[in-house]
Amino acid sequence: MRHLLSTEDLSLANAIRILDTAEEMAAVGEREVKKLPALRGRTVVNLFFEDSTRTRISFEAAAKRLSADVINFAAKGSSVSKGESLKDTAQTLSAMGADAVVIRHWASGAPHRLADTDWIDAAVINAGDGTHEHPTQALLDAFTMRRHWARLAGTPSAGADLKGMRVAIAGDVLHSRVARSNVWLLRTLGADVTLVAPPTLLPIGVEKWPCKVSYDLDQTLAGGVDAMMMLRVQGERMNASFFPTTREYSRRWGFDDNRLRALDSLGFKDTIIMHPGPMNRGLEISSAAADSPRSTVLAQVRNGVSIRMAALYLLLSGDTREPAHHTASTHSAATNPAHATKESH
Amino acid sequence: MASQHHDAGAGAYLIRGAAILGGAPEDLLIRDGIIAERGQDLSADGARVRNATVIDAAGLVALPGMVDIHTHLREPGREDAETVETGTRAAALGGYTAVHAMANSTPVADTAGVVEQVLTLGRTAGWVDVRPVGAVTVGLAGEQLAELGAMADSRAHVRVFSDDGICVHDPVLMRRALEYVKAFDGVVAQHAQEPRLTAGAQMNEGDVSAVLGLTGWPAVAEESIIARDVLLAQHVGSRLHVCHVSTAGSVEIIRWAKSRGVNVTAEVTPHHLWLTDELARSYDPVYKVNPPLRTDADVQALRAALADGTIDVVGTDHAPHPSEHKECEWAQAAMGMTGLETALSVVQHTMIETGLMGWADFARVTSTAPAAIGRVADQGRGLDAGEPANVTLVDPAARWTVDPSKMATMGRNSPFAGRELPGKVVATFFKGHPTVLDGKLNTPYRWLAETPELPGTAAAGSL
Repeated sequence: MRHLLSTEDLSLANAIRILDTAEEMAAVGEREVKKLPALRGRTVVNLFFEDSTRTRISFEAAAKRLSADVINFAAKGSSVSKGESLKDTAQTLSAMGADAVVIRHWASGAPHRLADTDWIDAAVINAGDGTHEHPTQALLDAFTMRRHWARLAGTPSAGADLKGMRVAIAGDVLHSRVARSNVWLLRTLGADVTLVAPPTLLPIGVEKWPCKVSYDLDQTLAGGVDAMMMLRVQGERMNASFFPTTREYSRRWGFDDNRLRALDSLGFKDTIIMHPGPMNRGLEISSAAADSPRSTVLAQVRNGVSIRMAALYLLLSGDTREPAHHTASTHSAATNPAHATKESH
Repeated sequence: MASQHHDAGAGAYLIRGAAILGGAPEDLLIRDGIIAERGQDLSADGARVRNATVIDAAGLVALPGMVDIHTHLREPGREDAETVETGTRAAALGGYTAVHAMANSTPVADTAGVVEQVLTLGRTAGWVDVRPVGAVTVGLAGEQLAELGAMADSRAHVRVFSDDGICVHDPVLMRRALEYVKAFDGVVAQHAQEPRLTAGAQMNEGDVSAVLGLTGWPAVAEESIIARDVLLAQHVGSRLHVCHVSTAGSVEIIRWAKSRGVNVTAEVTPHHLWLTDELARSYDPVYKVNPPLRTDADVQALRAALADGTIDVVGTDHAPHPSEHKECEWAQAAMGMTGLETALSVVQHTMIETGLMGWADFARVTSTAPAAIGRVADQGRGLDAGEPANVTLVDPAARWTVDPSKMATMGRNSPFAGRELPGKVVATFFKGHPTVLDGKLNTPYRWLAETPELPGTAAAGSL
């Protein structure tokens, strides 16, 4: 792996490798001194053309726990807002000796441009590009699901995939980079995915995706779901006639209190409720659902740091050999299955 | 310099053994701006070919000079992208003897003054006949008809009117434009794009856009406008030209319209005959164009339509851009591709080498039909004695690799960069004068008769 641009082209071996490495990184987060010397002297630039405090601080925490030097470069208030091009920005960062660029951009494909051109030689991590992909979000989601799935099975997470897990993803799929990255990664890991959305918020061409598509959330839930992921819905979609009102959206496609109760009455006691955040409470998810024991919202945030540590470590350590054991022996943060399966919701 | 093509020897060319429209080898004698003779072995008549420069054209195909119905020369206003001089050099090298310069310059070509300026720039350059296209509406704003009659009556004799780049989407305005140009045998060339269905559109809407997360440009946005326009053209009995048709559905609508007797012509670009939206997966904006690259099913339908005459002409939609408009994020990038210097090769590759067309068909779609649409009387004619000598010689066996940095156009945005293409223009004769010889630019034609009335021409004569 030279870059992490999308999950569409991420192999099963590399996906498992990132997830397994993240398990080791999670163990570091549970120690008193939450720091590894792995990336000492390396420079990671967080290049954010779009505001996202959560993603930025997650990457920042990840890089710092690996002892990297972190530079935060926000487009607003910088030369970018004065019209500097992506090319010039990239070349500037290259001249300053950036080893990795974590890029968040409103334009789909911007990370690919950095990776494919000779503007900069650094490793590129896509931290969300337009309506294309958000691979580290999908990886942290998969990490969260895998821990849950392994705990139910009573087996270790490390090395495991998601075969047989039923995942439903509901909301604005059309504009969601999280949905896209999840669909590809979950396919690779062997999960059964169902997208649930109003027809207006599904892309033309979705029928070719490796998943099922439903317009009916209740029917999907009744069919059995192990992980229910709700996507954020932007209020401004209403003005473009994607749906009539936020209330109608909420009634038909939101995870409200009735649907939370339905999980219990249907007997799905182990179904988890996921959300990439930030949540619109009362729109796509009710407060009761978000705060219920089924919710993995905070676990997802926590796991995000581990995933991003793993991605940075694997891209920057120059280690192209096959996964886990090597990492474990190099660093004192050895894998401990006891830690690895201890995730609580 | 002005006298060069009147020198008896220097001005005459004997083209030996060229396959006329791909047929049997014959000789062509070019003298005094016309094809003086055509026949087997003209050397038999020594007196008439004496002093002529002999061009050995064995293995070459002779074609009528190509006529582009759709070119962006960018001047006036965006001389950083292209000038009339550089764009027409590219045209000559590509085998063209006439180009229609689209109206979306700055200022917009929506007055007699601007179209006459473009005409003058074209004549000063002298590489091809530059035929200005007039805007349909003032400033391409789609609100008020430009002075179409004034442009038609100007020295530029404008016959093609287009807001290209922007669709004349108001149905009433489109109806009026179609009706009005009947007064001077004009044609409205429509850029068919329903604006509301394509707000923010970045690429063809389909399987690939779904994965890439780029806003889709649905086929229906083109097809619905074409359907409306052919019905309008039928209703008011006017001439309609559809620019850069890109979808299989559009082909079906145009085929239906022609079968009903609607006076509609249609154009396809070389890139839509070959490239598909799969290329967008690279996120390289060199593949960003409007209308967007479509699917392979569309490509095959467009080829079939060009072969069977449903689509009348190949138009390049040559759209040069400065590199900074392509070296950026896809969504930020300008739409458009260069095309003048690759059109012949791409059409040979997609239409002739596939067996869909012969060189006579090639002459029809790249010369005869576009000249007829643009009412360019002295172009697109047969290669016969007495005809104006607008002739292109092509080596169909040549192979070359596209290197945009070596092109005459200022635009480096060729989607064919790095590809090996068949066919090379060896010579281009414009009004009997070789603008291209041995595959290289020669010298421009000089419009002597115009000199007194054209400010700037005298100075240009010393270029």
